[in-house]
Amino acid sequence: MMKLVVRRLVLSVFILLAVSILVFAATLLLPGDPARAILGQQATPERVAALSSQLNLDQPAVVRYFLWLGGLFMGDFGTSTSFGGPVSELLGDRISASLVLMVLAAIVSIPLGLGFGIWSALHRGGKRDKSVTWVSLTLAALPEFVIGIALVTIFATSVVQILPAVTMAPPGTPVWTIPSQLILPTITLALVVAPYIARMMRATMIDVLDSGYVEMARLKGVPERQVILRHAVPHAIGPVAQVIAIQLAWLAGGVVVVEFLFRYPGIGQALIDAVTFRDVQVVQAVSMIVAVVYVVVNLLADIVGIMANPKLRSAA
Amino acid sequence: MSENTLSGGLGGAGATAPGQPGAPGSAVGPDGEKGAGTDIKQSASKPRSLMRRVWGQSEGRVGIILTAIIVLLAFLGPLLAPLVTGYSPTEFADRPFQPTGPFGTDDLGRSVASRFMAGGTLLVLYSVAATVIGMVAGAVFGIVAAYTGGTVDAVIMRVNDVLLAIPQLVFAMLAIVVLGPQGWVLILVIGLTHAPRIARVARAATLSVINEDYIRAAEMYAMPRSRIIFREIIPNITGPLSVEAGLRLTYSIGSIASLSFLGLGMQPPAADWGLMINENRIALSVQPWGVILPVAAIAVLTIGTNLLADAIARANASTNVGNA
Repeated sequence: MMKLVVRRLVLSVFILLAVSILVFAATLLLPGDPARAILGQQATPERVAALSSQLNLDQPAVVRYFLWLGGLFMGDFGTSTSFGGPVSELLGDRISASLVLMVLAAIVSIPLGLGFGIWSALHRGGKRDKSVTWVSLTLAALPEFVIGIALVTIFATSVVQILPAVTMAPPGTPVWTIPSQLILPTITLALVVAPYIARMMRATMIDVLDSGYVEMARLKGVPERQVILRHAVPHAIGPVAQVIAIQLAWLAGGVVVVEFLFRYPGIGQALIDAVTFRDVQVVQAVSMIVAVVYVVVNLLADIVGIMANPKLRSAA
Repeated sequence: MSENTLSGGLGGAGATAPGQPGAPGSAVGPDGEKGAGTDIKQSASKPRSLMRRVWGQSEGRVGIILTAIIVLLAFLGPLLAPLVTGYSPTEFADRPFQPTGPFGTDDLGRSVASRFMAGGTLLVLYSVAATVIGMVAGAVFGIVAAYTGGTVDAVIMRVNDVLLAIPQLVFAMLAIVVLGPQGWVLILVIGLTHAPRIARVARAATLSVINEDYIRAAEMYAMPRSRIIFREIIPNITGPLSVEAGLRLTYSIGSIASLSFLGLGMQPPAADWGLMINENRIALSVQPWGVILPVAAIAVLTIGTNLLADAIARANASTNVGNA
């Protein structure tokens, strides 16, 4: 088992290294002089020269890659051209703000998804099951900004005005000082993620309910409530854990649109600003951060999967 | 709307109810739909065409109708818009955010109705183009990986793992910051980010048919590899691939609309639904039509294509041919 875990770990490191090459290669694709391309046509020659030396453009690309990669390990993400300061300073507070949003979305969506999945499996084929299927198919189809705008229309502007439509905390203060501004972004993300969890939970729960040990438990007279909670659900949760992990990893990218919609001061908002101002260094830094979150969550899911699988667990 | 999810879960396992008795000739039956019994009986002798099996489900019918409504709107809208409202999509109609005309004016005083009717064409075309690029690239790499095996398989799947580590929208932004928000960049980057996800499905589907007797027979006749792929493998994995195409189309629409909404997709003064939402959302409480109409159109379109994908998955499950 340790062997498998170590192999996955090594693989993850290689994936991240390959991702870093890919992300770095983006600067090589900038047409002409990268410094000129980043700063635009109006830039003075002095600024272009300053940026050139900052980006180590006088060095060959391979050297620049290793300088950049080495910087990442030491928390030096380069210098933002549109804000002037170091990228790490710009992103510091935003990373924690985004993580708060992701964790809240996970806390809301996982029980919601599992609950509806189990509920609809227990009423398989009936009206309740069908309505859960339709609602989850509908929600799974909608882009996150559509769900977000629908919520804003209903709860913040046109129908009732009980929640703030955008983030109101002044810059510099932590987002959780005004909890009400977290509600709509969290619900939006949760509604995007929960349908997938619900559908997977329903499918595995149906398999488990048809299995021999559930039938056995019922035949020997175990109360139905206990059959479901003690015998069925624990067995169904295993495969669903993988889907939950994929969804959590997806949140790392999914927060981008939601943050923009609610003007939430996270890394997604920083990414969009950076793309708008062609601030390549910030885009590279955010891409790497998101990739790290993505790979780490997937790695954890695989390790949980290896641990939960008795066949793999016993194999030395 | 999260990509990279269970194409299998949406179609395969999620859509079927194992343990339904009395399904001769098929391991699983479509659950809960009226007329499921007759479907199965017919499929045991002679499978009905995929299209008819999709239409036979309520989900399939609703999906096809919703998709058709928006596609018609997207292609006829630009022609009808000036006739209905009297203004072209970029023409000044009245002061900004006034209730003149059918649905009022937008942030620059243009007719919301005109822009709405003209705003779907590019979205639909770009989404279809991106899906086609992703399907072709993904299917080629997936099938080649599974059929060749060995080092080629390992290399393709590792490259896949790397590409999957960057979320689609973040990848798209990386491309846009370097190459600029142009049409071909959008189509190419969305298509290519679909490819690794499609390749996984194509690979799994190919692996499930690769040991069938008809492939062995073709190999014994020394049929060239490319011919085996085109004549023997592809026709037998169209089921899972068509489900994937439907799903990827849904996600393409979502991604391209999202990028436009972020101001990184279609650029002003183009009339586009995603862009319209971005332009008009500051006035959501005084003039909501500029936001609600495009949001509704995108919602109906993605729901339609997703229902269609799910119906195709169920239709495949009921014949059980090459179903990965």
